[in-house]
Amino acid sequence: MNARTNMLNKLRAAAPRGASTMPDVAAYYAGRPAATLAERTERLAAELTASHADVRVVSRAGWAVDVARALEEKGVRRLLLQSGAEGQLLAGALPAGTQAAEFSRPLEDWKAELFEDVDAGFTVADCAIAATGTLVHLCGPHMPRTLSLVPPLHLVLVDAARIYATLFDAAAGENWPARMPSNLVMISGPSKTADIQQTLAYGAHGPARLMVFILRAEGEAA
Amino acid sequence: MSKHPMQFVPSADFKERARGALDDDKLRKSFRGAMDFLQAKRRNQFSDEEERESLRDLGSAIRKYALANLPDLLEQLERKLTANGIQVHWAETAAEANAIVLDIMQRNAARRMIKGKSMASEEIELNHYLGEHGMECVESDMGEYIVQLAGEKPSHIVMPAIHKNKADVAKLFEEHIPDTPYTEDVDELIQTGRRALRQRFMEADVGLSGVNFAVAETGTLWLIENEGNGRLSTTVPPVHVAIMGMEKVVAKLDHVVPLVSLLTRSATGQAVTTYFNLISSPRRPGELDGPREVHLVLLDNGRSQAYADEQLRSTLQCIRCGACMNHCPVYGRIGGHAYGTTYPGPIGKILSPHLLGLDEAGDLPFASTLCGACSEVCPVRIPIPDLLIRLRNEAKRNPNETVATPLRGQGAKHSAAERVVWQFWSGAFKSPKAWAALRWGATRLRAFTPGAQAGWTQHRTPLKPAPRSLHDLLKDKGQPE
Ligand code: SF4
Repeated sequence: MNARTNMLNKLRAAAPRGASTMPDVAAYYAGRPAATLAERTERLAAELTASHADVRVVSRAGWAVDVARALEEKGVRRLLLQSGAEGQLLAGALPAGTQAAEFSRPLEDWKAELFEDVDAGFTVADCAIAATGTLVHLCGPHMPRTLSLVPPLHLVLVDAARIYATLFDAAAGENWPARMPSNLVMISGPSKTADIQQTLAYGAHGPARLMVFILRAEGEAA
Repeated sequence: MSKHPMQFVPSADFKERARGALDDDKLRKSFRGAMDFLQAKRRNQFSDEEERESLRDLGSAIRKYALANLPDLLEQLERKLTANGIQVHWAETAAEANAIVLDIMQRNAARRMIKGKSMASEEIELNHYLGEHGMECVESDMGEYIVQLAGEKPSHIVMPAIHKNKADVAKLFEEHIPDTPYTEDVDELIQTGRRALRQRFMEADVGLSGVNFAVAETGTLWLIENEGNGRLSTTVPPVHVAIMGMEKVVAKLDHVVPLVSLLTRSATGQAVTTYFNLISSPRRPGELDGPREVHLVLLDNGRSQAYADEQLRSTLQCIRCGACMNHCPVYGRIGGHAYGTTYPGPIGKILSPHLLGLDEAGDLPFASTLCGACSEVCPVRIPIPDLLIRLRNEAKRNPNETVATPLRGQGAKHSAAERVVWQFWSGAFKSPKAWAALRWGATRLRAFTPGAQAGWTQHRTPLKPAPRSLHDLLKDKGQPE
């Protein structure tokens, strides 16, 4: 506790007097033209594609079939699902060669298995950010942190109606300050590095491949 | 892993090491290539000049606000984190910080640590300390891992292995990682690194990380990365320890929004990095993964000295993007190791004197042309050249002089002889008579100026007074005295 007192005392003794005004971040981002839903969807897809993700726009009725086809294409044998309605729906549509299970055990009970045997993880993003091609995951009981991280292929379903234009819009629109999960993760592509001679390589420590399925909004033409 | 001892190089031999670096062709090529690449990438990200400048204004205002309220924000951060279940520790010195981390490991009967990238842990030389206490620390950021295998230290704060080329890495991996044939294929090299570290993530008892921003409002640690090793280090081991310089706190979650955009665009020319990892609590009931314990170590280690001085306080606005080094003509030629400090380049020159003292920092505040490229690109508008001049003055100041905010190592470069010369000059300038006498003498005795003039003539022709002074020439033209 002594260090704490010393550090705070030193800072208090030196802290500038007089009020300083809080910078107005909202004012800075206000007044930009709003993007339409179609524009946001297009931008999200374009940015993610530029970041080396494989993006498909899918329908509400048929998305599970599209995901299943992708699983077959990639030869996924063991798939790990986020628990919930979407996971169950997908489980019912799987190709013959794919086995699926929900992430339902504490990590330490099967760490080696998760690291070594699982080919792909399937998650539903909470929302997305068009400007940077970003998928937001609120980790919690139904969204384990490692599901989107350890398996070499990550498949994400995201609802087009949940796409925000910018990070600022998402943070404000979702009121993050009031409802921070234990771990909020934003994902903008497959894992990568340029640490060897500035040469870009994918699959550094996280998933080498990212597949994104954007659920076309209700009433939107195909 | 740590067969090779880490190198601890005193910053004192800066000139010698700089000389060596200048003569090293391969090193110069590595840095030139990297600098050109990073400069171009940053330029592409900031094509809209108006947007860039207004964002820099905002970023600077946010950091200034945070510093103006630093003690309050740190207390708020501590309150929020504690309420969220994260344990907060305060460390005045590097030694205290190291002891805190060791204690956490011992209490958890831990032996193996996996590390995400953390410059603060480099600053306190944590690996070395824990190694001495029988702990095994493995760096997992690809660049840090390469540097650790080589028994070196990072040469850049964002890209630690920037001084190495493919062939260097190929040789290192072949030598240190079992069953690894020599290859210069970068994809293969990265996959080799991935495989080698996978097991380490699984086995680690503790994960250590740095912090990019800490949000006081919500009690959130905001971490930025591309590889996923940061997420693994903070998620898979049962205990996570984060360490950060105490200046990295900001007031509001939305304050990070412009800062993070400035950071990734300035650092690597990316609009965003692959992962933003916002940690607000350890594993909660019902959750299936995540660490059971999370700790945050708040580090002073000399920062309060910079904080105490109104001008030098702006040093702490830094968001560690590395843009100043990427654009520095000195750094670009000598690379990061020549500085001999954890933080090289312009930011290192203004920060190290507080961490180490002006005496230890030696030549660093002087190793600049004051060209201003650093402050021109700094996303939070730190006036780096002004701070360098100030630090030079403090280094030259008489060590016994009493000043309002004294710096450790004040007067390290003080020289009585130099002092006398300057006193002579200022005396001569102040008195018109003395000045006239000096002019008279200098123009007539110019034949006697020595040919060898200390350091000056090493690379330049000797200085010699002109046959007639400007003053006299103007007088000839009818300019009144
Ligand atoms: S001083 Fe400015 S440019 Fe340099 S690392 Fe810090 S924020 Fe970036």
